[in-house]
Amino acid sequence: MASEATTETTVHTETGVPGGEAHGGGGNFPPFDSSTFPSQLLWLAIMFGLFYYLMSKVALPRIAGILEDREDRIAGDLAEADRLKRETDEAIAAYEQALAEARNKAHSIARTNREKLEAEVEAKRTAAEDKLNQKLAEADARISEIKEAALKEVDGIAAETAEEIVASLIGAKVSKAELDKAVAAGMAR
Amino acid sequence: MSNDPIHQFHIQKWFPIEIGGVDFSFTNSSFFMAATVAVAAGFLILSTNGRGLVPSRWQSMAEMSYEFVADMLRSSAGTAGMKFFPFVFSLFMFVLIANLLGMFPYFFTVTSHIIVTFALAMAVILTVVIYGFLNHGMGFLKLFVPSGVPVVLLPLVSLIEVISFLSRPISLSVRLFANMLAGHITLKVFAGFVVSLGAMGVVGVGGAILPLAMAVALTALEFLVAFLQAYVFAVLTCMYLNDAIHPGH
Repeated sequence: MASEATTETTVHTETGVPGGEAHGGGGNFPPFDSSTFPSQLLWLAIMFGLFYYLMSKVALPRIAGILEDREDRIAGDLAEADRLKRETDEAIAAYEQALAEARNKAHSIARTNREKLEAEVEAKRTAAEDKLNQKLAEADARISEIKEAALKEVDGIAAETAEEIVASLIGAKVSKAELDKAVAAGMAR
Repeated sequence: MSNDPIHQFHIQKWFPIEIGGVDFSFTNSSFFMAATVAVAAGFLILSTNGRGLVPSRWQSMAEMSYEFVADMLRSSAGTAGMKFFPFVFSLFMFVLIANLLGMFPYFFTVTSHIIVTFALAMAVILTVVIYGFLNHGMGFLKLFVPSGVPVVLLPLVSLIEVISFLSRPISLSVRLFANMLAGHITLKVFAGFVVSLGAMGVVGVGGAILPLAMAVALTALEFLVAFLQAYVFAVLTCMYLNDAIHPGH
């Protein structure tokens, strides 16, 4: 109550706040009351020093560690994701390559099969043609043989017929040499 | 007493301590400094206890404050400035939590006393000066000799630079102190109006609505100021530290 009374009485003087400042730190305005300065400075030094110590030794390294851990983790996860993506890409590329290879192989198999079949067909065809040609040649040979034989026979028949004709016409015998000569001349004409 | 806007700034001795005739009592101010440290350190240490890869809400806030200050320091003082990170972070959190604790009714605002803000500002300036001279020797004095200034103007410019450097601790401390002091006084005055008018009966209660709305709005503003002043204090600290790391701008 006593302190209340004193403040009551000092209210009026306190309204002149700058007055306290002008008097050089004295007066009743608490922030300029220099008698409290040593205590405030000492306790500020203790408390702020303690706070600085706690911050620099405990709190800040811990928060820095947390942030660093998180950054490392995120970077690690990103790297892992990157690696997996690269692996996937590689797998896809390998798959596509295998697919292309298989396709090429299939194509080449089909092509070689086709070529083989074509060659076989061609070979069979030429063989058949050869055979036919041979048969044709044989047939030709036989025909010309027969023709020759026939022609020879034609000569004989012609001579005989001529002999008969001559005999029946003139009733004379003509020699064989003369007949042949005449037939040959007739044939030549 | 209830209407005295200055009462909240009184230092009350809780445990009188006297060493060599000088008063080092444990006061309400000392208690709220301790409370600030306890709240700030407790928040930052307990929230990160889990060291969660996926942060909890509290841990997320602690990480945000860390990255906020780290980005602030890196952008103004570069990577070389990161060796001062614990210092800047401590300053920012201490001022911020002290300001925010001061927003509780009946709580003492540590930063509303010029000696506290001045001591913090001097800690910054002394760090700048000591680090500057240790690392650059006399080269640190290039800070006061801007490059590209005509020789004729050099003495004048250097004088201005020196004065501006010397006024830094004052502007740094007075800005924070005055903002907290003025804000709390204004809040108290408007809240006092509400009480005085409310005591005057029905008409008074009606009339008290206006200062009540003002008090509500001012409370919001003061929360903004509490954060903003801590931010400004930290940003200026970063810029001054940048001078110590890279003198000769």
